[in-house]
Amino acid sequence: MKIDATGMEYEELGRCLRSCTDSHVQIHNCCGQRYIASGMQGRELEIWGTPGNALGAYLDGGSIRVHGNAQDAVGDTMNAGTIWVEGRAGDAAGYAMRGGALMIRGDVGYRAGVHMKAFGDSCANIVIGGTAGSFLGEYQAGGVIVVLGLGAPEGQPVVGGFCGRGMYGGRIYLRSAIPPRDLTEKILCRRAQQADKEAIRPLLEQFCTAFDEDLDSLLNSPFWVLEPNPENQYKALYAPM
Amino acid sequence: MKIQWDTPRFAVLRDRELCVNCRICEQQCAFGVHKKDEKTGRMQANATLCVDCQRCVACCPTGALAIRPAENTFRPHAGWSQDSRQEIYRQAATGGVLLSSMGSGQEEVPCYWDKLLLNASQVTNPPIDPLREPMETEVYLGRRPDKVHRGPDGKLDTTLPPHLELKTPILFAAMSYGAISYNVHAALSRAAQALGTYYNTGEGGLHRDLYPYGANTIVQVASGRFGVHREYLMAGAAIEIKIGQGAKPGIGGHLTGAKIVGDVARTRMVPEGMDAISPAPHHDIYSIEDLRQLVASLKEATGYTKPVIVKVAAVHNIAAIASGIARSGADAIAIDGFRGGTGAAPARIRDNVGIPIELALAAVDERLRQEQIRRRISVIASGSIRNSADVVKAIALGADAVSIGTAALCALGCHLCASCHTGLCNWGIATQRPDLAARLDPDEGARRLVNLVNAWTREIREMMGGMGINSIEALCGNRLALRGIGLTQKELDILGVKHAGE
Amino acid sequence: MLKEGQVRIPSGCAISGVFARDGQPISGEVIRRSIAVMHERSNGLGGGFAGYGIYPQYKNHYALHVFYDDMTAREECERFLDRHFDVINLSKIPTRPTPKIKDAPLIWRYFVQPLPHKLADSHLDEKEYVARCVIRINDQLKSCYVFSCGKNMGVFKAVGYPEDVADFYRLEEYEGYSWTAHGRYPTNTPGWWGGAHPFALLDLSVVHNGEISSYDANRRAVEMYGYRCNLLTDTEVITYTLDYLLRHQGLTLEEAAQVVAAPFWSELAAMPQPEQKQRRFLRQMYSDLLITGPFSILVGFEGGMMALNDRLKLRSLVVAERGDRVYFASEEAAIRAVEPELDRIWAPNGGEPVIVRLKEEERK
Repeated sequence: MKIDATGMEYEELGRCLRSCTDSHVQIHNCCGQRYIASGMQGRELEIWGTPGNALGAYLDGGSIRVHGNAQDAVGDTMNAGTIWVEGRAGDAAGYAMRGGALMIRGDVGYRAGVHMKAFGDSCANIVIGGTAGSFLGEYQAGGVIVVLGLGAPEGQPVVGGFCGRGMYGGRIYLRSAIPPRDLTEKILCRRAQQADKEAIRPLLEQFCTAFDEDLDSLLNSPFWVLEPNPENQYKALYAPM
Repeated sequence: MKIQWDTPRFAVLRDRELCVNCRICEQQCAFGVHKKDEKTGRMQANATLCVDCQRCVACCPTGALAIRPAENTFRPHAGWSQDSRQEIYRQAATGGVLLSSMGSGQEEVPCYWDKLLLNASQVTNPPIDPLREPMETEVYLGRRPDKVHRGPDGKLDTTLPPHLELKTPILFAAMSYGAISYNVHAALSRAAQALGTYYNTGEGGLHRDLYPYGANTIVQVASGRFGVHREYLMAGAAIEIKIGQGAKPGIGGHLTGAKIVGDVARTRMVPEGMDAISPAPHHDIYSIEDLRQLVASLKEATGYTKPVIVKVAAVHNIAAIASGIARSGADAIAIDGFRGGTGAAPARIRDNVGIPIELALAAVDERLRQEQIRRRISVIASGSIRNSADVVKAIALGADAVSIGTAALCALGCHLCASCHTGLCNWGIATQRPDLAARLDPDEGARRLVNLVNAWTREIREMMGGMGINSIEALCGNRLALRGIGLTQKELDILGVKHAGE
Repeated sequence: MLKEGQVRIPSGCAISGVFARDGQPISGEVIRRSIAVMHERSNGLGGGFAGYGIYPQYKNHYALHVFYDDMTAREECERFLDRHFDVINLSKIPTRPTPKIKDAPLIWRYFVQPLPHKLADSHLDEKEYVARCVIRINDQLKSCYVFSCGKNMGVFKAVGYPEDVADFYRLEEYEGYSWTAHGRYPTNTPGWWGGAHPFALLDLSVVHNGEISSYDANRRAVEMYGYRCNLLTDTEVITYTLDYLLRHQGLTLEEAAQVVAAPFWSELAAMPQPEQKQRRFLRQMYSDLLITGPFSILVGFEGGMMALNDRLKLRSLVVAERGDRVYFASEEAAIRAVEPELDRIWAPNGGEPVIVRLKEEERK
């Protein structure tokens, strides 16, 4: 099914999507409609234009492909499925997601992957082709975030400030010659070894296939791995009364 | 027959089952409360001498001791408390001025900190998690020029008058060597350095051995000018002119010759055994224009490299006084409130003179703003800052930072027995007796002070974060962060806050 | 119920802006379409616009836009205006009745110049004279409110959704080189038009999204410098803060941005000299004007526009370019709605101002 979203309110678009049973749906001329495909299961959705905030919130399977940019909070609390964004995404992409994958070809704003998790068998994954703003992976509790820094200026960090603040689980991979400049002692940062890279190979394979990038040259570049420091978490913080 | 006028205020309870007659209580009590009865071999107590400092209780290895208010009570009278009658007996017996120490515990004077409630963010803006997001407690104290200047090239002139940089808005209040022991000063100086804040010498000079901590020291110049010389002035990061203190506004100081011994005498630069008298006024300051002269002379002497703080007691016209101080060239004003501590003060003065810091602070901040001179001077509040919430409330009322004296001493063991003036402090704080002073290990003391201030700072961040404020500058004078509870409209007006629910 | 100004009302919002570097006129209809896309971010309790270059025929006069509750207020205010200004032209601001905009006050426009002898007697520069007169009217005269007072610019605002406000004011009949727009989401309903945004003083206008947590610290600071916060809104205090820094302290826009959205001390410590020194200076010098909490603002001024986010970037803001046009909005969709094809689109970092100026201004 094809939906022309010109002039359509988000409620109407939502009704359209919910009432149609096609497994493959296209939305054209999308401009700012929020909450598209929230809680959607097992369907393929393609969007042309600029979907509004909270695209694919609570997504529970299937896929969304955006031929354009996404706004804030794409993939908010998603549980399963994959969201592909060919352009950039706004702030708080993948907030609290606990499963599935978010693949952004371009840059993301602040707080991407904030409080993302892993739970049971599911593990949330975010791949960012460009650079990420500040507070990437803030409070990260699980899952994997990869920043590829494609197109980033040489010698510049691929993330903004305060990367991994409050992180207590999961991993962040940064394809970069230099590590972030302001990590606290609560995060361990090391150069990725072959085994580390192998762990993200399947994820990058998906990304490279979808966005036509060269897997080998990516994997041959230096990566940094960020993990919470088990030695230095928030102990001795409280004095019981 | 001898009449016991001074009936004991405390009862010393000893559990005979638990007591092993080890005599530790006897060794620990400089007041001589505990004695071993040689005939029975059992420990006895003379409760009349007890000041309830809790040292024996804390040191008893078997937990056999407890101090309670005495069971004996006078016939109740609504107007004449037992204390008021006992004070009369004491004065009738001696003809003396009642002397006490630590801050006033006058119940009739409200503690406004407890009547102010803090705000928090819900929905309309986000609270901030201080453990994970940046949360700034750094404060700069000092004068800010009224206007920026540019060079001929159009670039900003970035020179500022000297500022004190605090990592957290908490300073250690002025307490003099002599009133307190060397080990307390040593602990305070180490803690100030570790915390990135400042301690204050008080008026007794700076011990030679503590000069290395000068970058974290505020040196005080009081009316007695003890230990004040060029090197001393240059040694500190800032100079404080002490005009008065909250516990005894308008009253000088008197350290008896018995305490002017050894290093205390050398540090104060006065002969051993001679009383150290601090006059009530600075005799070169009889008017506000004279203060300007003292500020200027200290700046000249130190080449304009040190901020000058003027410390005053919170009295009735504190707002006008603060305005005068702001115009005197001083860089900061320290206001010490009614409940501020002391090593010795006449009890009547302590309990009846001055006003609470909350009202004084609010009035000063508002007046300085009305006169458009608030940026010229930083405001430091003190006088019963008991916990981190008091700090946050003080800053929201308009303080740039606070000083803690009593709280710091409590961290070192003080139990507020209010007997500093006896010089027999069992905790090794307010004493010069070597055996008593040695009870305080400066390193352990410094650790406890650092812990206390770090814990408070964490709590301050937590409260700021709850309000969505991530820099202490944005809390300063932010009275919308406060609401009053159970206050009259007049009190609310002076505090400049609304009532809870408004 | 208390009117705005007697009570502080937090609000969330949408903002949008469009700027023509080449000075080519843009119809008010463009900004209307842009802000309308973000309908969801407003709740119908406030909308407004600021346009620059819209009064070329009176470009050397201050254009005062005034709300009156009644004719008595108008007479009183006009007496004040006559005492202080030479009024060149006065008229009702043209409006179009629409059922979506209710309870309209009387809305008048005056093109004025300060009376020369009054100005000379005041020993003030012209702008300060005008600003003080306006602050006095708003602070002291009852039932009237001057909501716009710059040269060759004007604010149009009301209680309603922004697109309805645009229709009401016939915004499509105006053309300017710069427009900002605001859709408001206040937390309760004051029903008063003065509380809508933009907020403006002289040619400086601000639209703002977010609620700042430093409000009362900032308010008490600017009130110390002679401003009177009558509305108790963030936008008002931000406008006064910027006016103070720019006009009274003589800071540049970049410097003013470094004051209100100063970097964290930890970030400052990592900066190279002499930049670090200047930024430290500004932060220490104006510590009471640091703004914390979420905000994204668009600042309109004569010949330019500035966009700024709080230092944690707690509100969204995107900027885009197409030829000589620069677009700003809380959401990308608001830009795409008026310019589907863009040369470049990006989200500025927190605390980093984006400043655009007319090419002719830049040449100066």
